[in-house]
Amino acid sequence: MTAKGDGVESVADGARVSITACPDGPLLVRGSFEILTPTGEVIPPRRKTVALCRCGVSMLKPFCDGSHKAVGFRTEPEPPTAQPTP
Amino acid sequence: MKTPAARGPVSSALVALLENQNADAEPGLTIELHDLADAAVRGTADILHDEDLQGALFTAYELRYSGLDGVDDDWEWHPDVLALCATIELAFEQALRDRVPLPPLPAPGVDTVAAALFAMAAADTGPSVSRYLAKKATDEQAHEFLIQQSVYKLKEADPHSWAIPRLHGRAKAALVEIQADEYGDGRLARMHSELFAQTMREVGLDDTVGYYVDAVPAITLATSNMMTMFGTHRRLRGAIAGHLAAFEMTSSLPNRQYGNGFRRLGYDFQVTHYFDEHVEADAVHEQIAARDLAGALTADEPELLEDVMFGASACLFVDGLAGSALLAAWTAGESSLRVAESVGGQA
Repeated sequence: MTAKGDGVESVADGARVSITACPDGPLLVRGSFEILTPTGEVIPPRRKTVALCRCGVSMLKPFCDGSHKAVGFRTEPEPPTAQPTP
Repeated sequence: MKTPAARGPVSSALVALLENQNADAEPGLTIELHDLADAAVRGTADILHDEDLQGALFTAYELRYSGLDGVDDDWEWHPDVLALCATIELAFEQALRDRVPLPPLPAPGVDTVAAALFAMAAADTGPSVSRYLAKKATDEQAHEFLIQQSVYKLKEADPHSWAIPRLHGRAKAALVEIQADEYGDGRLARMHSELFAQTMREVGLDDTVGYYVDAVPAITLATSNMMTMFGTHRRLRGAIAGHLAAFEMTSSLPNRQYGNGFRRLGYDFQVTHYFDEHVEADAVHEQIAARDLAGALTADEPELLEDVMFGASACLFVDGLAGSALLAAWTAGESSLRVAESVGGQA
């Protein structure tokens, strides 16, 4: 049931951080992580999974506030995740 | 909660049965309830706006949530109550299937379904209650807005939680991830229903569950009843997943407007915290709901694809009807409530 048997640390264990690049949307970050200000202070986390702005328009940066939808933000087609192209 | 007041013959017969203390009278009350319900379902002009049928269904459903004051909890699973629900649900679901627009179905899968859901939400031309609230609403209308919302928001997230044991794998993990955040991640003060109760108290409204139910029109009850119907029928698990995705997708931007509206009216962070929290939370939730919940569900159970899209479209459609009713009343200078004096409290 766990991924430990194949030598891969499980994201669910909190040992690794996963970042999902959501098409036309934010970066969804899960796991155990800290977000720091430029001077190194921790931005207090308000939830376990956060969405980070990548359209540049959010009024809650570094967090997403859904503004990418209002401005029609588009990302490049996602690269294949399972089978990297040779 | 306090048992909602009857709105017509069916809801009246239901309350009479639930509050009956005379065992000898029960068979007669039961027959009357079913006869009246059958007739009302056959005769209704529009079940989505039918005060009596939506009121009766809401009252019966409340037995599954907080219960009804003075009513035996055994009624929740009583065959006669379940039969009443089934009679109304059959017509309610059919009306939704007939009237809710269904877009061309995407291929099952995470990316395809998420893209189709986002496109559907973006194309939604529903009324903008949020813009009205941000720019124009009076203080009285802002109170009405909270009263209308309180029917669902004081039990926010609960109707979708019914789906947790009905899902498995990725979709279940995604739903639990969203719901854990909705319930404050273990911190009561951050639970969304608690934040909404705080907002109500701060503007002088009563945050008792069900306090304002008698004041809201059928279409507001229908928004809640639809969620409970989708959530409590395993057969409709695709629809409740799609509903949540659409609900989250139409939340973060409007909630910023709601917050702006209350700020414009002079309210502080204690009032707007609920809305501000949803701007950030639902920008997260919409991604999880569209991709990992609804999208993954269609990948794992492709036969649910149509219901996922139906549930999402039904959310937009019925919430649009409720919003239209609200704006129609306000732009005509009228109250959107059935019992206008409920604003500010009643006995």
